[in-house]
Amino acid sequence: MSEIETTFVKAVRDTLARAMRADERVIVLGEDVAEGGPYLLTEGLAEEFGRERVRNTPISEAAVCGVAVGAAQRGLRPVVEIMFIDFITLALDQLVNQAAKAHFMSGGQLCVPLVLRTQGGCGQRSGAQHSQSLEAWLTHVPGLKVVMPSSAADAAGLLASAIADPGPVVVVENKALYYRRETTAAEPEPIPLGRAHTLRRGEDVTIVATSRLVGDALEAAERLAREGIDAEVIDPRTLVPLDVETIAASVQRTGRAVVAHEAVTVGGFGAEITAQLQNAAFDFLEAPIQRVGAPFMPVPVSPPAEDAYRPGADEVCTAARFVIEWDQPEPAAAGPAAAQAGTG
Amino acid sequence: MTEKLDAERLTWMYTQMVRIREFEERVKRTFEEHPGVIRGHTHLADGAEASIVGSIATMRPGDQLMATYRCHGYPIALGTDTKKIMAEIYGRKDGLCGGYGGSMHLADPERGFLGTSGIVGQSIPQATGAGWAAQIRKEGQVVLCFFGDGASKQGAFHESLNLASLWKLPVVYVMENNNYNVSTRSDQEDANAAAGEPLSTKAKAYSMPGVTVDGGDPVAVHETVGEAVDRARSGDGPTLVESKVYRLSAHGNLIAPPGVPLHYPEHEAITTFGNREEYEAALRGDPVPRFRMRLVEEDTLDPGRADQILRDAREEMEAAVKYALDAALPEPEAALNHVYA
Repeated sequence: MSEIETTFVKAVRDTLARAMRADERVIVLGEDVAEGGPYLLTEGLAEEFGRERVRNTPISEAAVCGVAVGAAQRGLRPVVEIMFIDFITLALDQLVNQAAKAHFMSGGQLCVPLVLRTQGGCGQRSGAQHSQSLEAWLTHVPGLKVVMPSSAADAAGLLASAIADPGPVVVVENKALYYRRETTAAEPEPIPLGRAHTLRRGEDVTIVATSRLVGDALEAAERLAREGIDAEVIDPRTLVPLDVETIAASVQRTGRAVVAHEAVTVGGFGAEITAQLQNAAFDFLEAPIQRVGAPFMPVPVSPPAEDAYRPGADEVCTAARFVIEWDQPEPAAAGPAAAQAGTG
Repeated sequence: MTEKLDAERLTWMYTQMVRIREFEERVKRTFEEHPGVIRGHTHLADGAEASIVGSIATMRPGDQLMATYRCHGYPIALGTDTKKIMAEIYGRKDGLCGGYGGSMHLADPERGFLGTSGIVGQSIPQATGAGWAAQIRKEGQVVLCFFGDGASKQGAFHESLNLASLWKLPVVYVMENNNYNVSTRSDQEDANAAAGEPLSTKAKAYSMPGVTVDGGDPVAVHETVGEAVDRARSGDGPTLVESKVYRLSAHGNLIAPPGVPLHYPEHEAITTFGNREEYEAALRGDPVPRFRMRLVEEDTLDPGRADQILRDAREEMEAAVKYALDAALPEPEAALNHVYA
């Protein structure tokens, strides 16, 4: 299989282009998409497929999302872009009350094969309204599927499956991943939704991480290895449906778990993973599951403040050490990991 | 061009109006005759029959419509089996949507009815999207988008009209203005109404035609909506039609905890504003007898046939109630179906 060097944005764009070539029902709409958007992610699509299939929209998130829902109900396969997940508040009725419920309320008569792509994440000094991680809201809505790719390869494979899915799928990307170089298959295969990816095998602790935190978890695992701690790293890749079997099987083996994401810890999706793990692996747990996430506050702009806010490999290491040391003769006091995992 | 209405078509229109009225009467009576069979919200279309039928009479096969939670009338006129609709309102397994939708969420996509939104105004973007799909497919389909006057204060309305006008989408926005947002009158919540202007004025902001029509006159509605449909079909874009109707029932049935009997209260003109005369004037102008009188006077419809239409409709709705009462309720396990396609 031939390989190419790519980035996250190129992988998404190439996947969109492949889907549009393969199926004329696939259309792309959103603010500035025909011009490429602020990250140049859709650059070149309008030139290849025309401005009818790559449609710039007014700054009207509710209508744009609703138009995509209506077009999907009529058999098109719209991929709608909400430029920042922070703006999804404006489109939530269309997602939550319309797209997620049309199939159900009609007794299965209506289908909404819609993909909504958006991106979140902090670290770019963009402030409290352009940096959030709001995926947990969407995971709380039956009828929606929620995908969070952590690499270019996964972004391509998961997006292909999302476009093929008969229902609404939200793909939450992270802007910090957009330009990392990566080698992928030239023609990536679709990755089924609901299948976790174990990126590193380990025996001592399971680190479940999503999106940007997957890279941080791998870095943390390298550091922990130098301390003699053998960490397993699992990326669920899709939050809904969640592959709890793979994660639980790992925790049953390691007996310890850290769940890490960039979103605010309180009410984050890590809480759901933690609760499901407690049910699936209670008798195997050697320590309380630790969560890593952001403190309970908006994202600050100023570099030192944002850097302090932003969870990463350091926090993952601290949490992993905490669960490892839990049953040592003199357990560490409920220290930094617990504080980080709490209300920040 | 808009179809010329011959005697047969006019009689068809009258028949659909009577069927909608008789259906809604049976929904209303269910609260007293079969207490507990309907527990949730129902919203009746009585008073809007002429507007609904006059609009739907402009549709061609393949055209579509979307509506609000006040949605019983549209599928009746589109030819959906009233047994299935009543069974849906009663929450039965054999209902139109298997009991998953209920009174507020009817859908019959095979007949072009793409569903409703119980959230005011939020089906407007979807209807707009259906119009976009029709434009992309280039098959000449038109989408009728029905909503109330209250919905025109939602952002989704304004965003959608801007986008539809900009993209010249084949959508006709039919605002059924019944002058009440539950118990708030339009002139209390709408800047145009407060200024004494028609609500169709809003179309001006989006550079599309805005027309106001007497929604109690099905022929006038047919002509006005028909022109808008022609315009949409020929690629000239959307129109906002304000169809002025008077709903003859309260906004909806009483809402109460389980065990408390439900009923339809009196109209808000009386209960909120103490204006019995307004309501009685509306009854005197009831579009259904008004259209019958006109057709009979014009010798379009024989009075004997008109009586027969009413008897047939009553018989049909009696059968619909019986079917719905006898129909099985879903198994509890079925509640989990249809969450994902």
